[in-house]
Amino acid sequence: MKQKIRIAAGQGFWGDLPEAPVRQVEGGPIDYLMLDYLAEVTMSIMQKQKARDPSAGYARDFVPLMKRILPACVERDIKVTANAGGVNVEGCAAAVRDVARELDLAGKLKIGIVTGDDILDQIDGFLSRGIELRNMDTDKPLATVRDRIQSANVYLGAAPIVEALDGGARVVITGRATDTGLTLAPMIHEFGWAGDDWDKLAAGTIAGHIIECGAQCSGGNCQYEWRSVPNLADVGFPIAEATPDGTFVITKHERTGGWVIIPSIKEQLVYEMGDPREYITPDCVADFTTVRLEYEGRDRVRVFGIEGRPATDSFKVSISYSAGYKAVGTLVYSWPDAYDKAQAADRILRARLDRLGLKFDQILTEFVGANATHGPLEGQPSSDLPEVQLRVGVRGDDRTAIERFTKEIAPLILTGPPGVTGFAGGRPKVEEIVAYWPALIPKNEITPRVEIIEA
Amino acid sequence: MRIQLTRLAHARSGDKGDTANVGLIALSDEFYPLLVREITVARVKEHFRGICQGEVERFELPNLGALNFLLHESLGGGGTLSLMTDAQGKTFSTALLRMYIDIPDDEAVSLGLI
Repeated sequence: MKQKIRIAAGQGFWGDLPEAPVRQVEGGPIDYLMLDYLAEVTMSIMQKQKARDPSAGYARDFVPLMKRILPACVERDIKVTANAGGVNVEGCAAAVRDVARELDLAGKLKIGIVTGDDILDQIDGFLSRGIELRNMDTDKPLATVRDRIQSANVYLGAAPIVEALDGGARVVITGRATDTGLTLAPMIHEFGWAGDDWDKLAAGTIAGHIIECGAQCSGGNCQYEWRSVPNLADVGFPIAEATPDGTFVITKHERTGGWVIIPSIKEQLVYEMGDPREYITPDCVADFTTVRLEYEGRDRVRVFGIEGRPATDSFKVSISYSAGYKAVGTLVYSWPDAYDKAQAADRILRARLDRLGLKFDQILTEFVGANATHGPLEGQPSSDLPEVQLRVGVRGDDRTAIERFTKEIAPLILTGPPGVTGFAGGRPKVEEIVAYWPALIPKNEITPRVEIIEA
Repeated sequence: MRIQLTRLAHARSGDKGDTANVGLIALSDEFYPLLVREITVARVKEHFRGICQGEVERFELPNLGALNFLLHESLGGGGTLSLMTDAQGKTFSTALLRMYIDIPDDEAVSLGLI
C-alpha cells in the first residue's frame, strides 16, 4: 500500500482556468488529477445540447485536455477522476478513447464509466410509487413542476468511482458525482478504507471540500491580507497529500503563485457551509467542528483530527426545471448628480412599464456604484458619486412581457435624464430561467453502474 | 471603544438556494470569544435588515475560531431565479464586516486593539 498519494485539483468549475490541469500534471509530482465540471444548472444545459445532438451533452473541453495530458498521465502513472460526463458519460468516454487511440495509447489505458445518476426517465415511476421528491427548501412536491423538468440526476458518491479504480481504470468519467467523491475515491482505492470507517471517509470528504473550488483555497478570492498574496497571475492550484491514517496536507506545486496558509484554508472550509456538524454527502456525514489545522512548512497546511458519522440512507437529487424568463437592462449615469439621475430614470421606466400594463413576478432595481452589493448597509450614497449604473431586472412566466421590457431601456437615453451612456451592447437578452430543485431519494432506489472500456 | 469587524475577523460567503452563508473567522484566537459574545443572531439579523427577509442561524466552530451564519431568504429567490447582481451572496462576507461593535476600553487594550 502506498503511504502517501497526491491528489491535485485542476478545475474548480466548468470554465475555470484552462491551463490549470496541465500545470498540475507538468508542475511537479502528482498521483491523481481531480476535475470538477458540474454546477447545479450545468446538467440542464447539457441535456439541451444532447437533445439537439445525441453525441453531445458532456464537458467538451475535457477531451482536448485529455489529448494534451494523457501521454504524461500514462508515462508517470497519473490517474484522472472527473465528472465531465454530464448527461452523456458514454459519449464522453468514447471521445476520450478515440483520443487515446490517436495518441497511440491503444491497449495502454482503461477508461472507467460511472452512470446510473441520470433518473430523468424514471421520474414518473417514482412519483407513481409515492416518492414525491419534495423540494428540500420549499417542501413542495415535484408534481407541481412535473411538466417543466429538464434534467434529474442523483449525486453519486465515491463508491462507484472506487469500483472503477479497483478495476484498473486510469481515467474515471462520471456524470453527476459529488465533487468530494472525486477526491475521496482515490484514498479509498489506495488505502483500502472500510465503508464504515466514518472518520477517514469524513477526512477524505473534507479534503475534497477544500480543493473542490480550485485556487479558492490557495490564494484566490482570499480576503485575508489580500494585497500580500504572491503572484496570483501564476496561482498554483491545490494538492491534497493524503495518508492512510486519514490526515492530509494541503499544498501546491513549488514555483507557483498564491499561498496555502491557515487563513486561506479556513476561508474555504466555511464556504457554502450549512450546519458544520452535519456536512452530508453520499459517503458519510462529516463534522467540520473537529477539523484541526497546523503548519507543516511553507505553503503546507496539515489537516487532522477529523471525525465523521454514518452516511444517511438518502441520495440528494439535482433536478432542473423551466421557471419562466428574465432580462436585465443597464445604463450608466455620470457626474453630476449621477445617483439622482439614475433614480429618476428608474422612476420614469417604471411609470412606462405600469402604463403598458406589464406584469412581472419580480422587478428589481439596483444602483451599481451605490448599493448593488451591500444594499442599504452604508446608508445614503454620497451625492457626489462620479457615476452610477442603473440596473433593472424583471422576471416572470410571460415571455412577451419580458420582451417588451427589453425595448424600454434604450429609449431612456433620448427620453430621460441627461449624462447617460453605456448602451453599446444593444437590447437586453431575454433568458429562459432553468431553476434548481433539490430533493432526496432513498438510496435503495438507485443503482450506480460501472463499466470499464479499453482504449 | 467602537471597532469595526474588519479589525477582528475575515470572512467568506456563499449560497445555498435563497440562503446566504457567511463564515466569520477571527483574525487571532483571542478575538474568537469576543465574536461569540458580540456577534449574536439578533445583531446579525438587525445588521442585514432590508436584505435578509428570513431567519438567521448561527453555528460555532471553536476549532477554527469561526462562526457560521445562515441568512435565509436573502438572495431574491436564489440561483438562476434571482435578479440580483450578487445572486450567489459572494459579497455578504464583507457586508458583515461592516458591522461596528462596542467593547470596553480595558478589553480593547488587553487584546492589543488600542
